[in-house]
Amino acid sequence: MVDHERLRRTMMFIPGNNPAMIKDAYIYGCDSIMFDLEDSVSPFEKDAARSLVFHALTTVDYGMKEKVVRVNALDTPVGIADLEAMVRAHVDVIRLPKTEKPEDIVFCDEQVTRIEKEIGLKVGTTGLMAAIESAKGVLNAPAIAVASNRLIGIALGAEDYVTDMKTTRSPEGTELFFARSMILHAARAAGIAALDTVYSDVNNEEGFRKEVTLIKQLGFDGKSIINPRQIAPVVEIFTPTAKEIEKAQAVMAAIEEAHKKGSGVISLKGKMVDRPIVLRAERTLKLAKAAKVLK
Amino acid sequence: MEIKKTATAGTLESSDIMVTVAPSSEKGIHIHLTSSVAMQFGPQIKEVITSCAKRLGIDDAEITAVDQGALDCVIKARTETALYRAAESTDYKWEA
Repeated sequence: MVDHERLRRTMMFIPGNNPAMIKDAYIYGCDSIMFDLEDSVSPFEKDAARSLVFHALTTVDYGMKEKVVRVNALDTPVGIADLEAMVRAHVDVIRLPKTEKPEDIVFCDEQVTRIEKEIGLKVGTTGLMAAIESAKGVLNAPAIAVASNRLIGIALGAEDYVTDMKTTRSPEGTELFFARSMILHAARAAGIAALDTVYSDVNNEEGFRKEVTLIKQLGFDGKSIINPRQIAPVVEIFTPTAKEIEKAQAVMAAIEEAHKKGSGVISLKGKMVDRPIVLRAERTLKLAKAAKVLK
Repeated sequence: MEIKKTATAGTLESSDIMVTVAPSSEKGIHIHLTSSVAMQFGPQIKEVITSCAKRLGIDDAEITAVDQGALDCVIKARTETALYRAAESTDYKWEA
């Protein structure tokens, strides 16, 4: 069934019509591989990319990596054909582009349900994520985020969004504050992941690091990336420091101590440990383990 | 399916294979393969191509393949795409 809990710090786009990149995609250490059938594929090669990703998904062992496919918009014949193939390939998550309203997700859910039934797959196995890439989509984000139980997260697609807003992307990302905040609030209220947009200038590592630091502080779960070189900086920035890990371990030890004593009140160094502190400690340890700085 | 015209899928980039399918006046699947690993993997590559054609119900075709070190899954994908294009069909039968 859909995995809502897994880490999605790095979701790496792989062009769907590139065999060399598709076969090597799992070696770089990203959390999720996003095979792209949409913008990176020429309109004349949609069928070829769809077939290539289908056969890769049903043949190549991608291990524990989450397998996501960005399909074409479902108001096009190629979009529906993409869904037909990818659900049959048992993809983990379908990424729907240019989501503007909850009905887009409801329609996608219905189509996925139909295909799962046709092939005898348990209904609800395939996850969905919605990319929000327009002013309308951002304003409808809270409704989009609760439109289907299959949704694992919502993601900002900034290139189309800034065009819709009649602006351009800046190094500071000022133009994205409202969209990022809306998407974060919508995702958190719905209990799903919030995923940030790509940073296209792969040669500007300093700018990339600034953006990742910003989106981590805002509260995002991770970021779409377009090059394996972007994985290490994201993992580094999302990895808790030794001091943070020590503090989180102390919180968990205090809980264990309180349980042993049969006490309902948990305290650490004279301060009460309440639920938000416990939740933050748990997430810190989860991130530390994922980054292999803690066993 | 019936081959109606000549069609190609794939590229000449590394790890890919370019497959061209054309109608054939002779009976059977005729494969012309160029590959730097033909000595070792030629029969296997031809077998994958033939299986794809049989699965889609094609008995007669002229197939030219230029391999650049493609995995079996890539050979399947490019062959099927070329066959569907050559048959002018979008009635995809998804099977691993």
